[in-house]
Amino acid sequence: MDAKFDYLLRQGDNALILSQQLCQLVGKGPALEEDMALSNVGLDLLGQTRMWLTYAGELEGKGRDEDRLAFLRDAHDYRNCLLLEQPNGSYADTLMRQFLFDTWHYFLMDGLTRSSDERIREIAAKSIKEVTYHLRRSGDLVVRLGDGTDKSRAMMQAALDELWMYSGEMFIYDAVDNAMVEQGVAPAADLLRKQSLDHMAEVFADATLTMPAPDAWMQRGGKQGRHSERLGFILAEMQFLQRAYPGVTW
Amino acid sequence: MTALDVTVEQVWGWLGDVADPEIPVISVVDLGIVRGVRFEAEQCVVTITPTYSGCPAMQVISDSVSEALHAHGVEDVRIESRLAPAWTTDWMSDTGKAALKGYGIAPPVQQAIDISGLHAGIRRRAAPDVDCPHCGSPHTQLTSEFGSTPCKALYKCLDCREPFDYFKCH
Repeated sequence: MDAKFDYLLRQGDNALILSQQLCQLVGKGPALEEDMALSNVGLDLLGQTRMWLTYAGELEGKGRDEDRLAFLRDAHDYRNCLLLEQPNGSYADTLMRQFLFDTWHYFLMDGLTRSSDERIREIAAKSIKEVTYHLRRSGDLVVRLGDGTDKSRAMMQAALDELWMYSGEMFIYDAVDNAMVEQGVAPAADLLRKQSLDHMAEVFADATLTMPAPDAWMQRGGKQGRHSERLGFILAEMQFLQRAYPGVTW
Repeated sequence: MTALDVTVEQVWGWLGDVADPEIPVISVVDLGIVRGVRFEAEQCVVTITPTYSGCPAMQVISDSVSEALHAHGVEDVRIESRLAPAWTTDWMSDTGKAALKGYGIAPPVQQAIDISGLHAGIRRRAAPDVDCPHCGSPHTQLTSEFGSTPCKALYKCLDCREPFDYFKCH
């Protein structure tokens, strides 16, 4: 598989799977403001998904558009990080997953605005405006709930401890990522990791949360298509219509 | 009428009457979505740029632009979507901002969202000071970072007690 095609799928799939999970919470948010925030963030991510997967499909040149890539690929062809397929859980889990992703997402988009690939630069420049807003909001809430009541703090700490092992996959570069770095397409892993961890450390300190060890053992495999069984359930719901009624439109 | 009888200026004028589907008091031109108008032989090519990448209004806007030009006799219309440079609220015209305010939506008060890095306050969201579009009071408070559409946040006025939408800087 072409490395750049694979890299584009990773970007699109991260945004798509998180968007799908956030959409499952529409109408179920713990407060009206949170409900609107979740659906708006999900909508931004869905828009970004389209830009990435459209480009991936064009680059592949086999006539697959963003819909075909989203609705007709099986779990093992998905390239999202494992973090994004973790369950919505409690609102602490949802929020912590969002913050860990937003932090990395922000610095990655920042790096990609200097990519050697013009189209990637354009998509990143469009996305980072939205991602900046996402990161401000999720970081702010992590602080408010972390430095909140005993109960909210305990829940945020538990969510952080639980999700931490999924936070490192983004920084573990494989052959695809390295090929992109060599071509000047993607930012280096070391820089991305340092920027992200520094930001997380700052926010967790404000939130009075204990940041787990950055060099702890990290789960990996999502970027290569080795997923938890949960992704299958997410895709089953998301892809049902196109699988049951191929090519249906409205 | 063929496209040859129509000038680019005329097309801009007609597009100035095409309303945004979500906020009908502002035109797509005043919103800064229309980035270019040109003719390629008989074909009129209008370039538009998305506001937010997931904004569902873009398809409707694209259709409205085509319909408006058809109504003025321009038969051959092509809508191009352009991503870069990314849309910013800085492109919103003063007419547009005034129309928003008259409609009860506070227009953006700052320049485009600052994405220059952590030092610019990614960590801490300082909610901008927004005047109430109803009574003009500067005593307002952010109630929700997101509103009914991706481009808006929710505020409330501490004097007249009315809630209102704020069009975010982007």
